Amino acid sequence: MDFPSEYKYTKDHEWVLVVGDEATVGITEFAQSELGELVFVDLPSVGQAVEQNGALCVVESTKAASDVYAPITGTVADVNEALQEEPGLVNSSPYGDGWMVKIRDFSQEEVSALMSADEYKTLVGA
Amino acid sequence: MTVKVAHNIRSQGGDGVMKNSFGESQFSSRHNGLSDRAVEEMLDVLGLDSLEELIAKVIPSGVRASEPLTLRAFSEACSEYEALENLRRIASKNIVGRSFIGMGYYDCVTPPVIQRNILENPGWYTQYTPYQAEISQGRLEALLNFQTTVIELTGLPVANASLLDEGTAAAEAMVMSQALVSKRSAGNSKCEFLVANSVHPQTLGVLMTRAEPLGIDVRVAAPEDFIFSERTFGCLVQYPNTQGGLESYTDVVEKTHSVGALATVATDLLSLCLLKPPGHFGADIVVGSAQRFGVPMGFGGPHAAFFATREEFKRSIPGRIVGVSKDARGKPALRLALQTREQHIRREKATSNICTAQVLLAVMAGMYAVYHGAKGLRRIATRVHVLASTCALLLRKGGIKVNSTGFFDTLTVDVGEKRSILVRDEAEKIGVLIRVVDDRTISVSFDEAKGVHDIVSVLSVFGVINSFDEVQTAVESSCSTIPESLRRVDSFLMQPVFNSYHSETEFLRYVRMLEARDLSLGYSMIPLGSCTMKLNATSEMIPVTWPEFSALHPFAPRSHMVGYRELFDNLEQSLCDCTGFSACSLQPNAGSQGEYAGLIVIRAYHQSRGDAHRNICLIPTSAHGTNPASAVMAGMRVVSVACDAAGNVDIEDLKLKAQQYGESLAALMVTYPSTHGVFESGITEVCSIVHSHGGQVYMDGANLNALVGLVKPSEFGADVCHINLHKTFCIPHGGGGPGMGPICCREHLAPFLPNHSVVDLEHDRGVGSISAAPWGSASILPISWMYMAMMGSDGLTVASSHAILSANYVAKRLEDDYPVVYKGENGFVAHECIINLQPLKQEANIEVEDVAKRLMDYGFHAPTVSWPVAGTLMIEPTESESKQELDRFCEALIAIRQEVRDIANGTYDSVDNPLKNAPHTVDDVTADEWNRTYSRKQASFPVPWLRSNKFWPAVGRIDGVYGDRNLFCSCDSFE
Repeated sequence: MDFPSEYKYTKDHEWVLVVGDEATVGITEFAQSELGELVFVDLPSVGQAVEQNGALCVVESTKAASDVYAPITGTVADVNEALQEEPGLVNSSPYGDGWMVKIRDFSQEEVSALMSADEYKTLVGA
Repeated sequence: MTVKVAHNIRSQGGDGVMKNSFGESQFSSRHNGLSDRAVEEMLDVLGLDSLEELIAKVIPSGVRASEPLTLRAFSEACSEYEALENLRRIASKNIVGRSFIGMGYYDCVTPPVIQRNILENPGWYTQYTPYQAEISQGRLEALLNFQTTVIELTGLPVANASLLDEGTAAAEAMVMSQALVSKRSAGNSKCEFLVANSVHPQTLGVLMTRAEPLGIDVRVAAPEDFIFSERTFGCLVQYPNTQGGLESYTDVVEKTHSVGALATVATDLLSLCLLKPPGHFGADIVVGSAQRFGVPMGFGGPHAAFFATREEFKRSIPGRIVGVSKDARGKPALRLALQTREQHIRREKATSNICTAQVLLAVMAGMYAVYHGAKGLRRIATRVHVLASTCALLLRKGGIKVNSTGFFDTLTVDVGEKRSILVRDEAEKIGVLIRVVDDRTISVSFDEAKGVHDIVSVLSVFGVINSFDEVQTAVESSCSTIPESLRRVDSFLMQPVFNSYHSETEFLRYVRMLEARDLSLGYSMIPLGSCTMKLNATSEMIPVTWPEFSALHPFAPRSHMVGYRELFDNLEQSLCDCTGFSACSLQPNAGSQGEYAGLIVIRAYHQSRGDAHRNICLIPTSAHGTNPASAVMAGMRVVSVACDAAGNVDIEDLKLKAQQYGESLAALMVTYPSTHGVFESGITEVCSIVHSHGGQVYMDGANLNALVGLVKPSEFGADVCHINLHKTFCIPHGGGGPGMGPICCREHLAPFLPNHSVVDLEHDRGVGSISAAPWGSASILPISWMYMAMMGSDGLTVASSHAILSANYVAKRLEDDYPVVYKGENGFVAHECIINLQPLKQEANIEVEDVAKRLMDYGFHAPTVSWPVAGTLMIEPTESESKQELDRFCEALIAIRQEVRDIANGTYDSVDNPLKNAPHTVDDVTADEWNRTYSRKQASFPVPWLRSNKFWPAVGRIDGVYGDRNLFCSCDSFE
């Protein structure tokens, strides 16, 4: 399984990638494989304030509905509208086209405190 | 402290059957599937000498009932014939009047071909919810017809497969509106719901009950006086309104939308054949009851409520939705869609606790539309409208003041100050039942079952004398009173299914074709864990369609329901006898509603003692997902309690949590025997820990089938429990409803039991209405009455013991192939067992789903899949199955285990094998080409018994992902 080293991770299987003043959030390859093929992603509204560890979106497969938690506190800057039509992007490209939310106004310290790829790999036993 | 005395379970007596004093065999030996000889053989397999020894090892001694069960109402078991005679006598005390009461309940004509071939047919009423879609295609198609009927008539694109009743459907709409609007306004919580003062009073009653714990502020006003504010999240209006009036709601809907709120319209399907559909004037949600589509009033139920909404809200709909997908061969196939929205997955995050639908009644309503077609429905609606219009016209001619101008089927009459009750009582004397609206207003509703002579009777009530012929002439020249702007102009139900089966021959064959695609108890056992798929005896079902039970309006005069009251008294008393509690409410019309009712009773009790701050509900992680969903609806905060390695409530964790929340502790919800299929020995301690911190104990009665006669929940410390009459007390599951979830409680909670907004139930401090009807789904209560009357105390006790014996026998027979996950202290299970299939994944990449589908090829419905533990099957055989059937089932599972080994050892391909390709259809095995790595015989006839009795799955493995990504829920996409 692939866990890109430039990404940060949470114990709840989200990843964060900071580019400029935006942090992109998605779920890991491990998470998508556990859930099975996604059929729906319920995205937040742009402009919504989110708190670290608070609910960010809900992902549904045919066997489970799970909350995706906000890895960091901030404001929703953008959401991946493509997932409305094609939720399977999360399965096929969890770190790329399957991204979910972009967050701004966050603290770099919160991001730094998240897990590294190696730490996350240990967590999921990969 | 009570001294517990062990008592023997009376055996069935000498030669295998229970007998009465004349030596005649009793009903219990027909209900219980095991002969004495089978019991002996099964005990041998378990290494035990007697049933009593088994029970003593299964049920912890401190938990066992202190004395044998004695049903006060049914001292000796009756034969089927005697019980029917006795119930006839009770039924004859009910009076069937001509109801013009309306208020959402109307007389209708159940087409006899539907009554006999669906309502009275075990091929339709014995199944459970269609989780195993490949062997439920008939029912799913019938439900798709229902959804299509609702979609077409309401003018909204998405409908669910039914809800419990109109009142709870309106409450679900309220809660869904709040969730959607709050989400849209980015967490800005809105809490005001506007309700028209012209909705049915029972609907308002349910709304008030539901709103209070959720902090929703219900404002009642005339729709034109609605005050919309920033806090408003939605409104509800009735169309036509409860007094029959027709108003245009275009303005109200516009104003609702202008503050970003959602408009719900409660309506009547029959009226929509003539009226502009609410979807066409902007309604966001449309709810109502489909009762008058061929389902008898039944003194309040059961009926199918409907719920339709816009495409964009489809993922927020409460309840089940049937969706169109495709099978492994690309053939269209039906399944329950979007299931992960539901409470069993979402737990406390679910927006609704609804589990079940009213499938049997929804099937009937959908079939009523198939039977009549659009033309027929329009004709019935027109006839009803003409009768009402003519009546109004002739009343006016006779000098009576009729208030109504635009109406469909209901008119109101001004009878002068303080004369309403007088007029109603006079009418009652000639068998005409009318509604008192206020002290000077009477309303009269017409329906499909009324005719010209009924107008003659109604006119005479008001002193207007017309002959039959005069009325007939007036009917012929009558014209519509529906305002031009509210008339329906578009066509509806043009789909082939609604235009093909109008001769009885064709219709009957359509019904039978669908029936043949559904696996029911009429074919083989349905060992669904936690569902208790026992016998629904024919004699129990017979009284349901007696007019004395089926034709009563729920708001009929008290003097008309004497028989019903006797039946209720017998049942309430017997349910208390079984549980050891002292009071009972029959109102909750499903298990989920029982849970909710029990919790708000606890809430009201705390409030009455100045403990309104107690709002924490402790729930073990093993609980059914409905528990946390119900707790949230009751305004409580859910705190999970861990389970230990043996699957029991972790007592240390419970102590910790009870201590931590002390003063805020409201309740514990606990299932007994546990959802893990074990009689936990710590249950008494569990209850006393909660009590010591001021909390109340709610027992989920889903597993009461293992307790009756053996354990009384009141004795181990429960304060209130619900009882699934559709599990333990033989009401059939109807293919996914109806159910009934009455609650029983201790004395201190009794004052808070539900009351009702229309009928006084004499609980002055009651929690309000839980269901639309005062006694829930009253017309199916005779089923449980018959069961108890025929089983008697001893028969019921034997039933519980046999259920436990059968589960232990199955667990034992399977243990070499499938380890049992949880057992009690002495190594035995309760009335169900969970077997582990997780090793199959490692061994041969086989999922529990594959085994479930493969069982279909062997002619069985799978047990409960992956609940309450992922990767397992939960088997509940019930007392009604014979040893031969249990053996056949075990042999099927053992044979499948061998197939898995054969995949692991390379005999079968790892992908192209009988499990991954299951189920196999006729199309599969009769195709010209067969290039699989196993034989056609192995595919469809892996064991010899199938040669003489084979059930063919109608479709192959259904693609769930496709169906959930592309939701279609009407016939348009399934032709």
